[in-house]
Order: sequence, then structure tokens, then C-alpha cells
Amino acid sequence: MSAPFYKYALFGDEMSLILAVVIGIGFGFFLERAGFGSARKLVAQFYFTDMAVFKVMFSAIVTAMLGLFYLSWAGLLDLSMVFVAPTYWLPQLVGGLVLGFGFIIGGYCPGTSLVAVSTGRLDALAFCGGVLGGIFAYGEVYPSIAGFVTSTSMGRVTLDGWLGVRLSLVVFAVVLVAVLGFWGATTVERKLARREGADAGALT
Amino acid sequence: MMPASPRGSGRKESMTTAREPAPYMNPYLAGLGLGLVLLTTFVVMGRGLGASGAFSTIVAVGVDAAAPAHAAGNEFYRGYLENGFGSPFKSFLMFEVIGVLIGGFISGSLAGRVKKTVEKGPRISTKGRMAFAAAGGALMGFGAKLAGGCTSGQGLSGGAVLGLGSWTFMIMVFVGGYAGAYFMRRQWR
Repeated sequence: MSAPFYKYALFGDEMSLILAVVIGIGFGFFLERAGFGSARKLVAQFYFTDMAVFKVMFSAIVTAMLGLFYLSWAGLLDLSMVFVAPTYWLPQLVGGLVLGFGFIIGGYCPGTSLVAVSTGRLDALAFCGGVLGGIFAYGEVYPSIAGFVTSTSMGRVTLDGWLGVRLSLVVFAVVLVAVLGFWGATTVERKLARREGADAGALT
Repeated sequence: MMPASPRGSGRKESMTTAREPAPYMNPYLAGLGLGLVLLTTFVVMGRGLGASGAFSTIVAVGVDAAAPAHAAGNEFYRGYLENGFGSPFKSFLMFEVIGVLIGGFISGSLAGRVKKTVEKGPRISTKGRMAFAAAGGALMGFGAKLAGGCTSGQGLSGGAVLGLGSWTFMIMVFVGGYAGAYFMRRQWR
């Protein structure tokens, strides 16, 4: 078995589009299951009342990361043929910050807004309109900011390569950080739930 | 009429009392499901999931339809117009996004969560919420292009393959969200 299948030309372009729809259905299904079609559920992450965004995102990352790691270790998958977005650390740092502001203001991210639209959220429709507008604005100013966007280019860099340590060590560290994060997130949720309950009692 | 069933009393309720939405899935279980979908994508396609790229294709095609010369002279639009197999719409992300809409609708329907509504806190008007949603979307679109992807492409997919830029991005998304939370509390709380 040689994975990634598409890179080894085990099927053609037309087939890849059919698979894309099937994969998308799975993606949308689990996003909605998790409650990510709801802006209030998503932004609760930033008020420490419901840390589902962190929990879902990191259990997904850990699952996929471990799967890739073991498949590659067993010689079933060529990790060098798996796409890693090239690093441009400064534009990615700034972009992440802008996107974080957009998240708390708008209540969604592009993927979750689609799920919210499919379940009838009108604010998500306005959000999608905003995304199109933001990308259009980016396209229009692109010629003047292209220098910045392509600056601090480092190419295909992964954490293990950057730190100069073995991949297995980084994989282990990510799992450890995730598990500690899950424990911390649940502790904070419980504390806040208790405090909010006390506040509600004081108000009445 | 049957009395309203208490919350969290089980999934069976959704069959009899369709009005009460089913509880959300356990976050770790949903994450496991999402992670397996993501892993499948890597194994089958050699790439991860995404979302903002599909929005970019729509924008590029729109600009190309309105002002072809303008689009052709812009490297950003051209990138998306030259994408896909023959047509910019025939790309992995465009088809994946169609799937996302279908999958979200299936899950929402099964759980009784499909409802025409506006998500907002109790202290903001519907108009105000719609304006914030559009403004936040615009920032999100701009930021995602600056970073070369959104929470799906850079966050989830780039995170799983341990990309340095993706992890930088992801940490900053949380920083931005928490930094803005205080100023946005009237919208949500």
C-alpha cells in the first residue's frame, strides 16, 4: 500500500472531486455534531465558559497527527509527500491575530460558518458575505502588500526540523500538551460554572 | 401534550419531541471523528482540509467576470483562476465545501437543530449582530489570506502535520480571540 493515494496516481482528478464531496460531508457532519454551527458555542471558548473549541480542535489534531506518525512509521505512508503549508512566520503571525479578532467579532470561522448556514443561521450568512468582502479587499490591496505577505519565507518547516529534535519527541510533546490542556480547560470550565451560578443567585 | 422532557435525558427524545434539539456530541468524541476525517484526507489526497480557499475562488471568479483584465493583472486572483481541473470551480476545496454544507445539514437535521435564526447574546439587537457578523467575516477573510489559510487549512491541517507557520498562526488566533473578548462581551453575554 502506498499513501497518499492521489500522489501515487491511484485515481484520477475527476475521482478526487467525488472524494472531496464525501470528505466534506464527514467534515461538516462532525463540525455540526460538536456544536460548531452555533456562534455562541464557539465564542464561549473566549469567555472560558465552554472550551469545546480547544477540546475538539486538539483531539482532532492529535488523532490525525498520531495516525500520520504511525502510518509513516509502519512504512505505509510517505510523509514527505503530505502537504505542509510553507512558513512565512510574520504574515502568519499577523494573519492569525487578525483572524482571532474576526472570530470573536463575527462568531465563526470560514468552515464553521458554512455549517451554520446549512442549519439556518442568518448571522452566518452575513458572516460569509463579510468573508467574501474581506478576501476581495485583500485581493485589491495585494499588489501593494505582496512584499510583506511573501516576507520571512522559510519554506516547508516542521516543528521537529525547526527545533532539531526527533519527530517522535515532538509528537509526544504535543500529546502531552493536549492532555494537560484538556485537564486545564475542564478545571476552568467547572470553576466558572460555579462562579456564574453564584452570580445568578446574587442577582435574584 | 407530553410535558417537556428534562435536558440530557438521552438521544431517544429527538424522535418523539422534535422541537427539543439533541445535546451536542462529547467534544473528544467529535474531535476523534474530525481527526479521522482529516487523517483520511491526508492518506487519500496527500493534503488536508480547508475552507477559506473556496471563498477565494468565488471572489476571483467574480472579479474575473466583472473585470477580466483587472483580474488577469493581479497575481492573487490569477492564482485561483488557474486553479482546478479546467475550471477554477473544479477544485478539491470547492467540492469539499459543498460536502461541508451537506454534512452540516445532515447532522443538524438528525439532531433537530436546523432552524432559521440569528445567533446572539441577549443584549444586542439583531441588526447589530448582523453588522458584527459581517465585519468579523471581513477581518477573518483578510486575515486568512494574510496567513495563507484559516482555522481549517492552517489550524487543523497545518497543526496535525506540525507546520511551524501553522502553529504560530494557531497560537495567534487564540491570542486575538481572547484579546478581543472583553470588548465584544455585550454581543455575546
